[in-house]
Amino acid sequence: MTEFPGATGLVLNEPLLWERGRKGRCGFSLPRRDVERAAVPAGLAGDGPDFPDLSELDVVRHYTRLSSWNFSVDAGMYPLGSCTMKYNPKTNERQAAVPGFAHAHPLLPAALCQGGLELMAALECLLAEITGMDAVTLQPGAGAHGELAGMLIFHAYHRHLGKPRSKIIVPDTAHGTNPASAALCGYAAVPIASSARGVLAPETVAAVMDEETAGIMVTNPNTLGLFEENIKAVAEIVHAKGGLVYGDGANMNAVMGLVNMSEVGIDVLHLNLHKTFATPHGGGGPGAGPVCVRQHLEPFLPVPRVRVAGGQYELSEDHPLSIGKLQAFWGNMGNLIRAYSYILSLGAENLKRVSELAVLNANYIKERLKGTFHLPQDRPCMHECVFSDKLQHEHKVTTLDIAKRLMDYGFHPPTIYFPLVVPGAIMIEPTETESKETLDLFIETMQAIAAEARENPDLLRQAPTRCKRRRLDETAAARKPCLSG
Amino acid sequence: MKELSELKFPENLRYAESHEWLGAEGATAKIGISDYAQDQLGDVVYVELPEVGKAFAKAAPFGSVESVKAVSELYMPVAGKIVAVNRALDASPELVNKDPYGEGWMIAIEPSTPDEAKLLFTRQTYLDKLKG
Amino acid sequence: MRYLPHTPEDIAEMLQAVGAGSFDELFVGIPPECRRSRAMVLPEPLTEWELNRHIDQLEGRMAVAPEYKVFIGAGSYDHHIPAAVGFLTSRSEFVTSYTPYQPEMSQGTLQAIFEYQTLTARLLGMEVANASMYDGASALAEALLMAVRITRRPKVAVSRAVHPLYRRVVRTYLAPTGIEVREIPFGPHGVTDPAALADAGDLAAIAVQSPNFFGCIEELARFADRAHTAGALLVAGFSEPLAFGVFKSPGRQGADIACGEGQSLGIARSFGGPGLGMFAANMQHVRNMPGRLVGETVDIEGRRGYVLTLSTREQHIRREKATSNICTNNSLCALTAAVYMASLGGSGMRELAQINYDRTEYLKGRLRAAGVKLPFSAPTFNEFVAAFPPGFAQTHRRLLEKKIVAGLALEPYYPELRDHYLFCATETMPREDLDALVREVQS
Repeated sequence: MTEFPGATGLVLNEPLLWERGRKGRCGFSLPRRDVERAAVPAGLAGDGPDFPDLSELDVVRHYTRLSSWNFSVDAGMYPLGSCTMKYNPKTNERQAAVPGFAHAHPLLPAALCQGGLELMAALECLLAEITGMDAVTLQPGAGAHGELAGMLIFHAYHRHLGKPRSKIIVPDTAHGTNPASAALCGYAAVPIASSARGVLAPETVAAVMDEETAGIMVTNPNTLGLFEENIKAVAEIVHAKGGLVYGDGANMNAVMGLVNMSEVGIDVLHLNLHKTFATPHGGGGPGAGPVCVRQHLEPFLPVPRVRVAGGQYELSEDHPLSIGKLQAFWGNMGNLIRAYSYILSLGAENLKRVSELAVLNANYIKERLKGTFHLPQDRPCMHECVFSDKLQHEHKVTTLDIAKRLMDYGFHPPTIYFPLVVPGAIMIEPTETESKETLDLFIETMQAIAAEARENPDLLRQAPTRCKRRRLDETAAARKPCLSG
Repeated sequence: MKELSELKFPENLRYAESHEWLGAEGATAKIGISDYAQDQLGDVVYVELPEVGKAFAKAAPFGSVESVKAVSELYMPVAGKIVAVNRALDASPELVNKDPYGEGWMIAIEPSTPDEAKLLFTRQTYLDKLKG
Repeated sequence: MRYLPHTPEDIAEMLQAVGAGSFDELFVGIPPECRRSRAMVLPEPLTEWELNRHIDQLEGRMAVAPEYKVFIGAGSYDHHIPAAVGFLTSRSEFVTSYTPYQPEMSQGTLQAIFEYQTLTARLLGMEVANASMYDGASALAEALLMAVRITRRPKVAVSRAVHPLYRRVVRTYLAPTGIEVREIPFGPHGVTDPAALADAGDLAAIAVQSPNFFGCIEELARFADRAHTAGALLVAGFSEPLAFGVFKSPGRQGADIACGEGQSLGIARSFGGPGLGMFAANMQHVRNMPGRLVGETVDIEGRRGYVLTLSTREQHIRREKATSNICTNNSLCALTAAVYMASLGGSGMRELAQINYDRTEYLKGRLRAAGVKLPFSAPTFNEFVAAFPPGFAQTHRRLLEKKIVAGLALEPYYPELRDHYLFCATETMPREDLDALVREVQS
C-alpha cells in the first residue's frame, strides 16, 4: 500500500494575539535609559496603539503554532503552474543575513558601501548574460512592479520619439498583472486570442498592430506551458510598425541556456527572482522583479544606476531620459543577495540543466497523467503542462474538488482556473528540484483522486478533511468583510 | 450549477443578450439579471449600482455584479435615466440569487424611447439562445 | 549539484517514459532559429564554502555598527531587533510557503496577516489595513491613485516635506496618467503650511508626511479640515511608524488614507530593501484599496478561520480594471512587523518610542548648547535638521575617516538647504556616542 504524504497529527490551536495578551506583560528587552525623559508637546501627544501585551513565550508559542498550520516547500511539493515553487537553498539565507548587508543603511556614502554596490553590478551582469539582454535594473520589488517599469519604459520611449501611443496588445493567456500594468500607464489593452495550437499566430498580431499600438506583452513560454514558436515573426510585425515587445519572464525556468531573449525579438524583459532564482515566497512576498532591456532602451531605465567611476562603484542619477524611481531605495537587496548566491552556486552548465530537468519533469507528468485527465494540448510541453476537469464532468466533480482533495494526500494543489482559455484549467509545474520519487507519488495521487471521482466523488466534495480548517465560507467573507479584529 | 429546465424566466419580462431582464411598470421599467445569470455567477457578494439621475445609452455599462471569484459588468437593455436604485442589495446582495426577478431587482429607469424594449428577447427567444 | 536530485538512471527512465532520446529532443517545440547561438558564460560554480568567503569579502566593504556610527535615518532606521523576531520569522513554514490562495493549508500565514492588518490599523488609527505593499514610496503613489479613483479629480497636492525619494516615485507612477502633482512648500519652522494650499477645491488628495522628512511633526488635523472642506482626501504618509508610540496617530487626526514605511518595526535595513509598505484606510473606501486583504470567516464546521477576500479588486480577477497591478507583496516583512509589534506590546511600544524621543531631544539639546543651529522649531521624532557654517562638508569628510557618518547632507534634495544636515539618533545609540558626536562636530 502506498503511503501518501498527507497524514493527521497533533496540531495545536492558538487564539488571536489580542485574545492571548495580558496587560503589563512584555516580550521586549527595553534599552537602558541613559538620558533624561523629555516631555512630548501636549497637543501632539497620543495614547499609543492598542496592542496586546505578551510575554516572549506567548509570542514564540503563538507564531510557532501558527507556522504548524502552513504547508511549505520545505514540507512538500507545490506543483503550481507559473509560480516555479522550487527549493529555496539555505546558504542563500546565510548570505542575505551577514551583518555587513543586513545592517547597512542605503544612503551610506559610496566609499562606505562598495561591497553592496559591487554585488549589484555583478548581478546585473549575470542576469544580462543569462537572458541575453544588454542592461538591467534591480529596483522593481516584484514581477508586477517590473511590468510597470516595462510599461513606463514603453511610454517614455514613444514619447521621446514624439509619438505617444495608446494601446498594448495582450494575449488571452496573459497573467492578470499584464493588462493591469498596462492600464496603470494609461494603455488600453487590445486582447488577442491564441491559435488552436495554443500559441500566438502572426496573422492575429498583424491584424491589430498599428501605429497607435505601443507594442505587445508576451509570456514565453506561455501560460499553457508552450514555447511561443512564432515569437520571431510576431516581434518583426510589432517592430515594423515601431512598436516594442515586452517579455514577461515568469516562465524563464524553462529556457535558461537555451534561448537568448533578445535574439528572439524581446526588447524589455522582467524576471521573477522568487520564481526562477529560488528566493523564497515568504507566504506572498517579498520578491524582486529585475528588468532587462536591449541597448536602445537603456537610457530609460530607472535611476540610480550602478556604475564604475574613478576606480570605485557608485550610484549615478545622470540619466536624463530615465523613467524615474519605483522604490525609495535601490531594490529588494535581501533577495538580490539570495539570487546572486544562487547563480554563483550553480554556474552556466547547472542553470541549463535546471531548465532541462524542469522541462523533463513536466513532460513526465504530462505523459503519465494524460488519459486520466483531459489534456487540451497533447504535444511536448515546456516546464509546465495544463490539464482540465473535462473527463470528470460526468461525475459532477470539478477542478476545485480535485484541488481540495490533493491537500488530504499531502500536496499543495496546482494552479487552478488559469489560464482562462482552458475552462477548469489545472496547471502543473513541478520544477526541477522535485525528485522522480516525488513525481511518481504525485502522479499516483492524481490517479487515486481520479478513481475516487468515479467511485466516491463525495470524498472530493468534502475535502479537505485533514487540514486545520475545512472549506471556508468565502462568500460570507466577501459579503460582510471583517478585516480587522 | 442548474440545468436550464430548473431555471425560471417569467413570461411577462423581456431579456437582453447580456442576460439582463426588463419589466415595464407604467412609465418606468425595472431591470435586473436573469436566473441563468445569477446561477452562472454563483453567490453574489456585491452589486455596484449607479447614482439616481444618471442617464445611460443602450448597451452602456451601468454597474457590476460580483461573486467571490468573478466580476460581471451590467449593461443597459435600453437607453434611459435612473430613477431608483435597489439599496437593499448593499446589505443583502444574496437577494440577487434568491429572488432575481423580485427583491433582487437592481435599477428602475425612465426609458428614453418607449418602444425600445420591444427589441429585446421574449422569454422563448432568450431560452432558445441559451439552449443554442 | 545538491539542488538537482535526478540520477542518470532517473533521467534515462524519464526520457524513455516521455519518448525522447535526449534532452535536446525535449525542446523540439523551440524552433532552431530561436535557440541560443552561444552558451551562457558565467563564473565557475562556487562550493558553499567558497560562496561564504566571497560574500564575507564583499560584506567586509560595508560600513556598519559597531565599527561605524551612522547617524542617518531618512527613511531607514536602526532599531534593536529582538532575537525572537528573527528566529520566528525564519521558520521555513513562513519563509517557504506560498501566497495563501488555498486557505485550508495556509491558516498560519492568514491568521498572522489578519493580526498584522489589525495591529497596523490600530497603530495608524484607521479602520482597515491591507496585507502590505512594497515600500513607503510606492504605497504613497498607490494612495494618490486611489484618491483619484474615489474623487475622480485628476489633481493631487504633495508637501515638499514628504521624503524626496517618495516624491520622485510618485512622479514616476503618475507620469503617464495625466494627473497633476502640485507641490506644497514647507515653512520656516520645518512643517508644511496649510495656508499655502490656496484652493483645494479641485484636488483629489492632499499628501502630508508626519513625522516629515525633517523629522518634524505636522499638524495633520488642519490639513484634514482643509481637505474635507474641499471634498478631497487627506493622505497621511510616514517613514518612522514608531512615532505613533508617543504622537497622535494619523487616523485620530482625520486621515483618510495612512501609508508609509514599516521597516522600523523589526525589519533589518538591508541596504534599502525589502522594506514594508504599510497601507490603511477606512471601510468606506475599502473596495478601492489596492493590495491583498485577509478576512475572517468560518469553515463548514463553523470554526473561525481566515481567507483572502475582496479579491475582485485585484489584478487576477479585474485585470485592467484592478485597483492596482500588485500581486506578490511584502508578506514576510509584514509578518516580521507583526511579530515585532507583538513582542513590544502596547506598553513596550509607548516606552520604546519615548526612549527614542528622549535620545533625540538629548542630542538636540547638547548640539544647541554647543552652538549648533537647529533651524526648525517644530517638535521632532528621531530625526532633526542641523545647520552648520559653510565648510562643514570638510568636517563631515574628516568624520567619515573616524568612522562617524555625521548626518545626511540635505543640499542634493533641497538646494536652498546648503550646509544643512539631517541627523538621526534612535534607541540603539548609547549616550556616549551622542556625546562623542557633539564633541566631533564642534572641533
